[in-house]
Amino acid sequence: MKKIEAVIQPHKLEEVKEALKRIGIDGMTITEVRGHGRQKGHKEVYRGMEYQVDLLPKVKLEMVVPSSRSEEVIKTLGDAARTGKIGDGKIFVFDVAEAIRIRNEDRGETAL
Amino acid sequence: MTKLSLIFLSLLTWGCSILAAQPAPDLEKRLAEAEKAVKAAQSAGDNAWMLVSAALVLMMTGPGLALFYGGLVRRKNVLSTMMHSFILMAVVTVLWALVGYSLAFGEGNSFIGSLQYAFMNGVGDAPNPDYAGTIPQGTFMVYQLMFAIITPALISGAFAERIKFTGMLLFTILWTLLVYFPMAHMVWGKGGLLNASLGGRIPALDFAGGTVVHITSGVSALVCALYLGKRKGYGSDPMRPHSLVFSTVGACLLWVGWFGFNAGSALAASSLATSAFIATHFAAAAAALSWLGAEWIRTGKPSMLGGISGAVAGLVAITPASGFVKPMPALLIGLLAGVVCYMMVSVVKNLFGYDDALDAFGVHGIGGTLGAILTGVFATKEINDLFKGKAMGLLEGNGGQVMNQIIASAIAWGLAIVGTWIILKVCDMTVGIRAEEGEEVEGLDLSMHGEEGYNFEA
Repeated sequence: MKKIEAVIQPHKLEEVKEALKRIGIDGMTITEVRGHGRQKGHKEVYRGMEYQVDLLPKVKLEMVVPSSRSEEVIKTLGDAARTGKIGDGKIFVFDVAEAIRIRNEDRGETAL
Repeated sequence: MTKLSLIFLSLLTWGCSILAAQPAPDLEKRLAEAEKAVKAAQSAGDNAWMLVSAALVLMMTGPGLALFYGGLVRRKNVLSTMMHSFILMAVVTVLWALVGYSLAFGEGNSFIGSLQYAFMNGVGDAPNPDYAGTIPQGTFMVYQLMFAIITPALISGAFAERIKFTGMLLFTILWTLLVYFPMAHMVWGKGGLLNASLGGRIPALDFAGGTVVHITSGVSALVCALYLGKRKGYGSDPMRPHSLVFSTVGACLLWVGWFGFNAGSALAASSLATSAFIATHFAAAAAALSWLGAEWIRTGKPSMLGGISGAVAGLVAITPASGFVKPMPALLIGLLAGVVCYMMVSVVKNLFGYDDALDAFGVHGIGGTLGAILTGVFATKEINDLFKGKAMGLLEGNGGQVMNQIIASAIAWGLAIVGTWIILKVCDMTVGIRAEEGEEVEGLDLSMHGEEGYNFEA
């Protein structure tokens, strides 16, 4: 099993969700986060007081999928989230040791 | 002529004389009744407007100012900042009921009123002809109360995010007693030193509270900011407003409430109220544009915060002038207020480096002083013939009025500086005035009130 964690532009969330649903991935956790990579922030001015804002709003998606499907998910997610500009975000992939469904104690891929 | 016709004629004359004599008392009675009815109708109209105005002025404090200031602070201090406005709706009301109204409007000496109306003694249905002859004194009392509530609430912009709640409570109680009541008496009370309509020795024009409300609160705010010192992390930590949405809603409520504040100060549903309403609205509009314009030129972008700050600055500046000036001077006063206050908060404040967190001094102290002086320039007898046919302002040929306005402003500045400093010292030595460092870092909502504005898991 692989855990796929992606940080993407908030306005791309709907497109990514739809694309993943089309290939049969509908379990995921989404968090509103702030961060930055190489993308520069912006300047805000409040009554003459300047602030450099470099943590920008992003959305983080987390999902665990069978290892055999991981490449397909990465490609679908990446294609849907891509604008080609700086700030599109990143995808990280982790090995998952175990998955347990709390309701009936299913384990492994059946728990996904 | 027959005997019969003679009898008939005499009967006719007698009848006519009765008819002629009868209408006289009847007409007088009906006239008196008609006069009474006209008075009652005027009283009903005036009273309706004044009760609405009183409610509008209360709306300026809560939710108006609470939202305006609440949005400008960081999220950890939103409730404490709203509390600084809200609690005064309760505290000042009790003070006012016990002694406040009497100390401000009782007939005393030049500086403070008497205790004749203490505990609401003699304040009821009968009008007080010295102040407002067509409405119950109770209406006048409750209308003026709303001004006493908002004035100390305005100061809270300077000590936001770092004051101790007990210190804040003691400070505002003492401040209302020792600064606001005397200043209100001097300008508006019978026999007050600066009262232009009721025998003041230095007649100053202040229609709705430029000196009483805005100079006293704004200058006291500066003293508070200097005494308390900067917020921890000022200049290094980000202190962006946490919700300009709140602030925008709050500022628009202030704008609407200000019609009660200024047009209501005519104390009647009169054409003077209409004139003050128009002047108020025009000044707010002009100032919103001029602040935005100045900002647009200086930083390259017109901001929502700039627009609402400008509108408030214009409303402050027109307050003393609203019942004395024509619409075009009102536009001009607003235009000047927007630019002057913008330069004050974005350039001058940073030069001096004091932390007037929400710019109570830059907007109310400076805007109030500018408005007080310009009132002496633009006041005209065509709008308000207070001096019985004599010239009112500088442009009508009464140059001395500008001097009186400056003296009145100087008295308000002096009282605010000395009074506030002494009161802060007393609070500091008794209950303490500044929050502990840990309390400030945690946020006043949690450390002072044990609650949070935004509960994630709720």
